Amino acid sequence: MTSDTDQSSLLGGKLSVINVGLDKFATELADHDVPVVHLDWKPPAGGDPELAALLSKMGT
Amino acid sequence: MELIEKANKEAIRRMLGAEPVLIDVVPAGEIVPDLKDKMILHAGPPVEWNHMCGPMQGAIAGITVFEGWADDLEQAASMAAGGGITFDANHHHDAVGPMTGMTTVSQPMLVVENRTTGNRAYCAINEGLGKVMRFGGNDAEVLNRLAWIRDVLGPAMGKALRDMGGIELKPLIARGLSMGDEMHQRNVACSGLVLRAIAAAMAKISDDSTALSEALAFISANDQFHLNIAMAMGKAIMDPVRDIKGSSIITAMSRNGTDFGIRVSGTGDEWFTAPVEMPEGLYFAGYTEADANPDMGDSTIVETIGLGGFAMGASPAVAGFVGAGAASEAANYTHRMSEICAAENPEWTIPSMDYLGVPSGIDVRLVVDSGIAPTINTGIAHREPGIGQVGAGVVRAPMACFEQAVRRLAEKVGIS
Repeated sequence: MTSDTDQSSLLGGKLSVINVGLDKFATELADHDVPVVHLDWKPPAGGDPELAALLSKMGT
Repeated sequence: MELIEKANKEAIRRMLGAEPVLIDVVPAGEIVPDLKDKMILHAGPPVEWNHMCGPMQGAIAGITVFEGWADDLEQAASMAAGGGITFDANHHHDAVGPMTGMTTVSQPMLVVENRTTGNRAYCAINEGLGKVMRFGGNDAEVLNRLAWIRDVLGPAMGKALRDMGGIELKPLIARGLSMGDEMHQRNVACSGLVLRAIAAAMAKISDDSTALSEALAFISANDQFHLNIAMAMGKAIMDPVRDIKGSSIITAMSRNGTDFGIRVSGTGDEWFTAPVEMPEGLYFAGYTEADANPDMGDSTIVETIGLGGFAMGASPAVAGFVGAGAASEAANYTHRMSEICAAENPEWTIPSMDYLGVPSGIDVRLVVDSGIAPTINTGIAHREPGIGQVGAGVVRAPMACFEQAVRRLAEKVGIS
């Protein structure tokens, strides 16, 4: 949660963005000259909980 | 998990400790014990005639005529469809083959010996680019070239290699990486290095200057000549890595134009398959993606040992050729493949990436966990039989193979 003061500071200041996951959000910001670093991330095992559990036990 | 980590350490030790040497060229019928008359070994996991793609069926028909088992292509196709030909995967016979990967009794096979472990692996000689049998070509021009390779080039290379004591491949690859090859879609440097290594020996044993001149001209004109040597080398390196209990290292990746298959050390010789994907790439003049056949060939053994798409950073020129983006993107492919590999190869380094070792030992757990599929640089065949190569591109291995393998390996090590 952010306070009203935090929000006005966020919106009024210069944005520096780290985007995690879908790259479309990063490209949209970059198109508007907003500095953005994109982190290519997906949930483990493509989001399959059974596979993710197996992999966890197998040491990844 | 300690069992897996220990097993993978052993797998990497065997991979990086391999000493592959190109020692001979011998007809397949003399060195592949179970290869019989009217039997064809093909690329990829096993596939029956009815499920083969167009270029695979075209190559089958062509090689059947070439071996004299049928009088023409129509009779050959009918013979294959009627059960008159026995099919099996190259990988089941210590062999590999690019694209359609035809191996039959009379094919001269490059022989690579792993001097650390003593095992040998085989691959037919590269025919050149364009309309060739590995891309499904099967007309008289294709068959005449194969006959010349069988009767002239193969025996000459074999005699020269025996006379000179073979060509050590590990240092040759190291040099090729520093000269801009990734050894799958760019073999310009390594092909030149092979020619330089073997030319004097071929001249020494030759008593026919015209045949010698033609043989040297053929090697000189084929930028991909070294690909098949790299493939036999890959097989010779990876076969001793098979069957290490608990190991999650991938020992083979291969495609038959219908299915993509992988094998994992800890699950033995079992194939895990899924439908192949379409390469994305660039096409020769006059062709488009509508002409393209899905992914095909045993050549992914090159990626399995850390070359090809894994070594893209060494080869900015190939990034453009296969439509993988700007030259500056090449290093990103290698960095990404590092995320799914257990090690780097300290003897095969990429100078332009501060001598980073090529990513080696694909860990099936890391592939599934990260969702990063191996990147493969590949040629693209026409979907119809008899036409040949129409382009080159990049293709991702289908994730379903790796997910199946993880489940099976978990069973094998007692995890549920």
